[in-house]
Amino acid sequence: MRRKIISFFGRRRTWSIPYAIFLLIFVLIPLALIVYYAFTSETGGLSFENFRKFMQHPEAINILIYSIGVAMVTTILCLLIGYPAAYLLSRLESRMASLLVMLFILPMWINFLIRTLATVALFGFLKLPLGEGALMFGMVYNFLPFMIYPIYNILQKTDPNLIEAAQDLGATPRQVFFRTILPLSIPGITSGIMMVFMPVISTFAIAELLTINNIKLFGTTLQENIYNGMWNYGAALSLVMLVLIGITSLLNTGSTAKASEEGGLI
Amino acid sequence: MIKKILTSSYLGLLLVMLYAPILIIIVFSFTEAKVLGNWTGFSLKLYASLFQGGVTHSLSAALWNTLIIGLTAAFISTVLGTVAAIGIFNLQQRAQKAISLVNSIPILNPDIITAISLFLLFVSVGISQGYTTVVLAHVTFCTPYVVLSVLPRLYRMNPSLYEAALDLGATPFLALRRVMLPELKPGMISGFILAFTLSIDDFVVTLFTIGNEGLETISTYIYADARKGGLTPELRPLSAIIFVTVLILLIIINQRAVKKTNLKTT
Repeated sequence: MRRKIISFFGRRRTWSIPYAIFLLIFVLIPLALIVYYAFTSETGGLSFENFRKFMQHPEAINILIYSIGVAMVTTILCLLIGYPAAYLLSRLESRMASLLVMLFILPMWINFLIRTLATVALFGFLKLPLGEGALMFGMVYNFLPFMIYPIYNILQKTDPNLIEAAQDLGATPRQVFFRTILPLSIPGITSGIMMVFMPVISTFAIAELLTINNIKLFGTTLQENIYNGMWNYGAALSLVMLVLIGITSLLNTGSTAKASEEGGLI
Repeated sequence: MIKKILTSSYLGLLLVMLYAPILIIIVFSFTEAKVLGNWTGFSLKLYASLFQGGVTHSLSAALWNTLIIGLTAAFISTVLGTVAAIGIFNLQQRAQKAISLVNSIPILNPDIITAISLFLLFVSVGISQGYTTVVLAHVTFCTPYVVLSVLPRLYRMNPSLYEAALDLGATPFLALRRVMLPELKPGMISGFILAFTLSIDDFVVTLFTIGNEGLETISTYIYADARKGGLTPELRPLSAIIFVTVLILLIIINQRAVKKTNLKTT
């Protein structure tokens, strides 16, 4: 019997091969291609020309810095607005909470371009000008649910006995929050930050639509270069972004795996 | 009491903010005005012309493309991801870790990096871009989610069940079909749904892999439309219908989940 099981499991192992090949072709090789294109010039041959061009191109650098700024402000706003919401949701009676959480997630099921155009319509309706303010509103609007959900998830799983214990031991409500609840919810906060910060840097289309093409974010620069046939330069810019993302994930070490598992929306 | 009022007013305010743009779209789907924000009296004309086709021929073509691509990509990802999950589950720990790491790359990568890397792959190989490339690209970013939703089912499964099936004389294939698949089914279904929604909601990856043969999905259609300066009025009723459908589906799912937990606790 034992041998039967072993051969059964032994053969199952080979089932991962098709997917391994698929990942190689569609994930690893394409990423290697970005690196390859980034370090070759238009005429072929190894060169650092693309990076030199980037360094000598203040516009691209300014856009990158601006995009990081927008992403940081968006992340902070989402955290400041989203944390209290997630906290309040986690205190609600479970049936009510699951209904409200669903309501918070629901807008994400609408195509984000339609949502963004709806924001444009809202600003038009309220006679507010489009521009930086609209951009920030649109970003927070689009990404707030990604902050609320992981934090809610963690808070909801927090053992209420820990909070009670803190209270019993004489902690003031403030101490309970800052010394018990907040530290316990840090995994949720980091996955929320990852799920907001990284996508914001790379968004394109949202900024153009909300600022009538006045503000460009880094994602747009990437897209324009690729579209205009400047693959090598575009690849170099993508590599810059990949490095940036690598750094952000390293700063959030350990929480990345959690972000993908627990932060998932279903 | 005051706490309760504050809680509900904070959450209520956020929900108003999240839903205001969507509400505007729904309200203005019931008027004929070309420009969103002008109210020219109640009318169902936009709904009628959405279903008649004709004027909106390219829109309904885009809608069909979106659905077909979404279903194809979700189907392929579910099959590939389930087979892969069974394979990964039976690998040694080291190989398991390696493949899980690569599996998480498409989840953690921003859309635009996935998009550019796949674009470079397709142009390097020289495949003409169209249906096939879009589906392949969607399968690339959908399958990891399927793997992540099927794997936990495998870990939760009681391994004695196979032993029992094999002991009772089932062939490995029969044991797989009659014992393993029913156990994996919930994970496969949620993986399929997730893959489908990710696919129909995708814009960036689609834009980079769709080529310029005139193939459009809803997202690229809206993008092209918005760049021309406005939203085709028929998109308003379409968004309204999508939104209400999703709302109803989620409420049903939620109700069923509540019922299930109630049954379990009693």
